[in-house]
Amino acid sequence: MIETIMDRVNKNAGLVRRGRYVTLDFLVGIGDVDYIFRIDRGRIESVTPRTKAMVTGHFSIRAADDVWAEFWKPMPRRDYHDLFSMFAAGRAQLDGDVTPFMQNIRYFKDVLAAPRPVANKPRPVTKKEG
Amino acid sequence: MPDFEPIKFEPITGRYFTMNVDGDPVRVYVEEAGAGTPLVCLHTAGSDGRQFRHLMTDPAVTDHFRVIAFDMPWHGKSNPPVGWEDQEYQLTTDLYRDTVLAFCDAMALENPVVMGCSMGGRIVLHLALDHPDRFKAVIALEGADRLEGYYDLEWLHRPDVHGGEVAAGFVSGQVAPQSPDEFRWETLWHYMQGGPGIFKGDLHFYWVDGHFDDRSAKIDTSRCPVYLLSGEYDSSCTPERTEATAARIKGSSATVMPGIGHFPMSENPALFREFILPVLEKIRS
Repeated sequence: MIETIMDRVNKNAGLVRRGRYVTLDFLVGIGDVDYIFRIDRGRIESVTPRTKAMVTGHFSIRAADDVWAEFWKPMPRRDYHDLFSMFAAGRAQLDGDVTPFMQNIRYFKDVLAAPRPVANKPRPVTKKEG
Repeated sequence: MPDFEPIKFEPITGRYFTMNVDGDPVRVYVEEAGAGTPLVCLHTAGSDGRQFRHLMTDPAVTDHFRVIAFDMPWHGKSNPPVGWEDQEYQLTTDLYRDTVLAFCDAMALENPVVMGCSMGGRIVLHLALDHPDRFKAVIALEGADRLEGYYDLEWLHRPDVHGGEVAAGFVSGQVAPQSPDEFRWETLWHYMQGGPGIFKGDLHFYWVDGHFDDRSAKIDTSRCPVYLLSGEYDSSCTPERTEATAARIKGSSATVMPGIGHFPMSENPALFREFILPVLEKIRS
């Protein structure tokens, strides 16, 4: 799933606009593998496995393989459906300089949720008449 | 003249009045719809009474209940007390309880049902404990007698983080993934519109001051029935914490609502009515 993030984010003009003040690296840990995400004004420039100890990014978000797998399902179970629910349930860890994460919380949450397929949910209830 | 379609107004009316809260006059905003038993609705921390708009437009509710939702002082279209600019807003159990009682007195409500969500779901339990004969019943949505905070409140009010964005970012995970996107985003919009530091000040009550698991067992449900309803996807008032609360309050009724999060009435009104209508029917009969 991780390989789909860059394309899905960069094709989402609204999400890129939301992240237009974000230019930094951050780390995503999926099981035993760490990935460095390089962001330039809301666009993902690269997602690469971390190879050097001194490359850390501003902050890191880590969870086990099966946690991310559930998180990326169209309709995840409770405690897996959102980063903060995962933090609350002790299923994910946030470390490092979290200020840029908090300043752009809606951007980063949706970047990490980007691989999730669109769920088949009820259409909007409010009808436009005419 | 063009042929305009007549406006279909919703049956909700909104008005303002000034009431005394903790010795201060505060101009508050109240909406209502329907006729019958008063049903006072208390919004969640950091939001306002708009969360209850769907109940107010549901004839299955308004044919039997006078549904009343007011914005707490500092919230929505209610003012903060004069002099607010030099105060740090912080909701306490006593202030919250006194505010709801002052509202019910000002509105001359006799034996109302009071239903609150989240922090509102917590204060209704305090009301059932302290004033069991003033209320026909209490309904605690996403309400428990003890909770554990799971994020650092300091992020909610500081100059380098947008308070509305971060509040919505925190609580977006409290909306169930099944909820319609239209209502997910409307629920979050209310959070984005909150005043600076208000969500944080509310959470002081919700996560710090309002614990009373040591006293909740004293609630006499024969004098004031207690209904607890919580969403499956609620990360703060989890199903487990709701059931633990229900176990301490003898005679209370607890329901876990599958496919719902922390904001049942606003995030998925069609699904919520399936759970709340039987409760309201039971209270009426």
